[in-house]
Amino acid sequence: MSVMEKEPILEVNHLKQYFPLKKESLFSPKQTVKAVDDISFKLYPGETLSIVGESGCGKSTTGRSILRLDEPTEGEVLFNGASMTSLSKKELREMRGDIQVIFQDPYASLNPRQTIRKMLQEAMTIQNVMPKKQMEARMLELMSLVGLRPEYLERYPHEFSGGQRQRIGIARALCVNPKVIICDEAVSALDVSIQAQIINLLKRMQRDLDLTFLFISHDLSVVRHISDRVIVMYLGSIVEIADKDSLFDRPSHPYTRALLSAIPSTDEQQKKTRIILKGDVPSPINPPTGCRFHTRCPFATDLCKTDVPELRALTPTHKVACHYAETLLSSPPV
Amino acid sequence: MEPEVVLQVKNLKTYFTTSKGTAKAVDGVDFTLHKGETLGIVGESGCGKSMTSLSLLRLIPSPPGKIVDGEILLNNKDIVTMKEDELRKVRGNQISMIFQEPMTSLNPIIPVGEQIAETVRLHQRLSRKAAWQKAVDLLELVGLPSPEKRAKQEPFQLSGGMRQRVMIAMALACTPEVLIADEPTTALDVTIQAQILELMKDLQKQIGMSIIFITHDLGVVSEVCDQVAVMYAGQVVEHRSARDLFNSPLHPYTQGLLASLPKIHENQEELQTIEGAVPSPYDYPAGCRFADRCQHARAICRAEAPVLEAVGGTESKVRCFMYTEKWETAAEEEEVLCP
Amino acid sequence: MFLFIVKRLVQIVPVILGVTLVVFLIMQMVPGDPAAILAGEGASQETIEQYREDLGLNRPVLQQYVSYVGNVFQGDLGNSLKNKQPVLDEIMLRLPITMELAFYSILITIVLGLGAGIISAVKPYSIRDVSVMVIALLGISLPSFWLGLLLMYVFSVKLHWLPVAGWDGPLNIILPAVTLGLGGAAIVARMTRSSMLDVIGQDYIRTARAKGLKEHFVIYKHALRNALIPVITVVGLQFGSLLGGTVLIESVFAINGLGRMIVDAIRTRDLPMVQGGVLVASLVFVFVNLLVDVLYRAVNKRIDLN
Repeated sequence: MSVMEKEPILEVNHLKQYFPLKKESLFSPKQTVKAVDDISFKLYPGETLSIVGESGCGKSTTGRSILRLDEPTEGEVLFNGASMTSLSKKELREMRGDIQVIFQDPYASLNPRQTIRKMLQEAMTIQNVMPKKQMEARMLELMSLVGLRPEYLERYPHEFSGGQRQRIGIARALCVNPKVIICDEAVSALDVSIQAQIINLLKRMQRDLDLTFLFISHDLSVVRHISDRVIVMYLGSIVEIADKDSLFDRPSHPYTRALLSAIPSTDEQQKKTRIILKGDVPSPINPPTGCRFHTRCPFATDLCKTDVPELRALTPTHKVACHYAETLLSSPPV
Repeated sequence: MEPEVVLQVKNLKTYFTTSKGTAKAVDGVDFTLHKGETLGIVGESGCGKSMTSLSLLRLIPSPPGKIVDGEILLNNKDIVTMKEDELRKVRGNQISMIFQEPMTSLNPIIPVGEQIAETVRLHQRLSRKAAWQKAVDLLELVGLPSPEKRAKQEPFQLSGGMRQRVMIAMALACTPEVLIADEPTTALDVTIQAQILELMKDLQKQIGMSIIFITHDLGVVSEVCDQVAVMYAGQVVEHRSARDLFNSPLHPYTQGLLASLPKIHENQEELQTIEGAVPSPYDYPAGCRFADRCQHARAICRAEAPVLEAVGGTESKVRCFMYTEKWETAAEEEEVLCP
Repeated sequence: MFLFIVKRLVQIVPVILGVTLVVFLIMQMVPGDPAAILAGEGASQETIEQYREDLGLNRPVLQQYVSYVGNVFQGDLGNSLKNKQPVLDEIMLRLPITMELAFYSILITIVLGLGAGIISAVKPYSIRDVSVMVIALLGISLPSFWLGLLLMYVFSVKLHWLPVAGWDGPLNIILPAVTLGLGGAAIVARMTRSSMLDVIGQDYIRTARAKGLKEHFVIYKHALRNALIPVITVVGLQFGSLLGGTVLIESVFAINGLGRMIVDAIRTRDLPMVQGGVLVASLVFVFVNLLVDVLYRAVNKRIDLN
């Protein structure tokens, strides 16, 4: 793929995010939640890279660590080749103009006492994007861009519906001319018909404004629709990373296969081949040894219990962390 | 042979009176549930699907909510007019319910086994010990590992998937005729959702109950339901077999809903959307409630309210003028009006 | 849980230090010279100086404080300036009376408060609810000494049902305990009501109703136990203000408890007595709060995990 030849705009190297747990008693050992445990990936300009996985897999934590909303325990994040992990607070603030985030619940991140105009003005002033005089024109442009009427600038967040709030969240992210937008479950709380509107809007923004998206979601149908490449995470590590078509047509990790087959579909033909995984996701406090998926994997062997599978390339654009990926691939696809 | 009718809902209306006025959350809902059948009620937020399900057991918070009209016939007995003590014998016994949030739907400080045993004691006059044993058996039935240990635990010690299994065990404790499941898998991850859906299908086969499955997820409906009722703005707009609905949706709203779903098995360039917004429940338009967002709408759609009726001698019911004789007449009239 | 209790016990030490320091400093700043008061009116300057010397009041303040704290940790609260008797003995004589009064008061607080709160919450915004809450509001607003005098006037002076003052029999307990407990009851009632309303709106209450449980089962088995969790904390805090209230109430009803002892000691600038009294009262409060926290954890096992 051509994007891969460019320099990455964002590079994540061996990122680890551990959270210490409070001790239960004086003598119990110190415990940590390994929310993200040594992941690396590159984000190329103009692409949409998605991170999918179930709750607790570390996908949202990854987004927060990149933004340094949580200080990463280890590893580094490079933005345009420069390290973000060593930036001072001030430099970080400037950098945040280049990387914006859209959350699942925009309402929680909007100040209820601020009109939309005030909010956009403030964001633009902090990042110093343009002289005050030009702001008015820019705000009107943004509103029409995200499909909101100009008079809505004078309204407060509570006067909007969920879909409209998400449009405001997008307008706020865009107002500082970012290069990268991290969408953390940005469409998950919306009804399907509204969700479709917002997805279309995001895609159009990307095309028109040359944006790069890191799209964090649990919804594989949405991910398939919006992504160029996809990362699948399980219990804090990457199990598979591939081009969208390669991943959906030839899922190579047993977890990816199970995940794909578990999605309820309106398509009659897809209902037959369901893989039902046993049990719950293990705790990230004491993740299983070897391959973290071995406790639920229908194909696990003794090797999987002891040896951690490396993330290795099956093709130049398809990497997977499974000892038996080739064997599984030759069995009939899901 | 036509299967036996278990539950029949006729013209159900549940209104909420607040300082803003009267919200017609459920506004004339009709459907029929047959023995052993799974009926899906789908729709987007605010369409009244959850309020419909709560109305069935008269669990609407009152005030401000009230069932103002209609009948809910369980084996030909009307739940709407039932006395309190009679109603209590229906709840959890003939009709039971599971809810969306397994995290908040169980009492946080009572062991889960006791929460199940309580229902058993209530409806089956078993001793404490026998009821507890039954609770443990039920937990085993729903596939909870080490049920004896788990029964003594409190909800916070269980994962989301396990809690939903507990809810199911509780709902099945008295082998109900009807199980109402209100978004039972929405809060769960997909792999856990797959487990729970599989479990529900299995149990339905074993027990032979009918299920009303309320959800916004069309994929889930297609997986588990025989019949589907699509709700929009407090009313059922389409009611037919799941296969027919997904193969050839009739109502323009259903068509729009299906088209706006991103598909997992194919690449699409642009998603179709339904423009506009749902009308306010405080002030529904006089005609068809979907007319403002409908690309087929004609003058008649805004003037007159369509009714839910069978299409051309089939079982399929739809609330839309396009499938009535009035449609062609309306077209002719329109041509006369604007030649 | 064990670790938690140990931790809390250790935390009591700085609390004791803080209390002694604050009381000590306040007594230093209060006008009036204890030596002069003790020496009596018209005593010569020499006599006063002699008293000062005997009592160690002429040493530097810091030195006085350090030696006092050292003694406290050995269980010696010093001797009363007035009658030279050990302060601890006097306190041990008076503490049981105050504790008895506090016990009955808190009982009234809990019983009346919970009852009124539940009655209100079961039918919110009904006439019953509104009237209970108006009474509760009055209960919070009325100062307890005024209420005490009012009750005394009505039940003792006019109706002759109950004794006016003193601490001689069970009938004596009623008026002061009611006076002291009512204010707390009003606060607990309001807290119980809002907590109950909050719980009744929860999903699991809907679940309980969906099972077909009778309404009183839903209220008492499923709602009340959850609603009590925040109320426990309020009752614990209420105990503190109740202890403070004994100072007034014991004076109003002429009860020889710890509260009255402190008031008398302040009047005569009997420094060790005041310090000892306040210290013991603080300790009682701290232990009651520890008890409440333990209870809170026992009812609500979830917080052990966080």
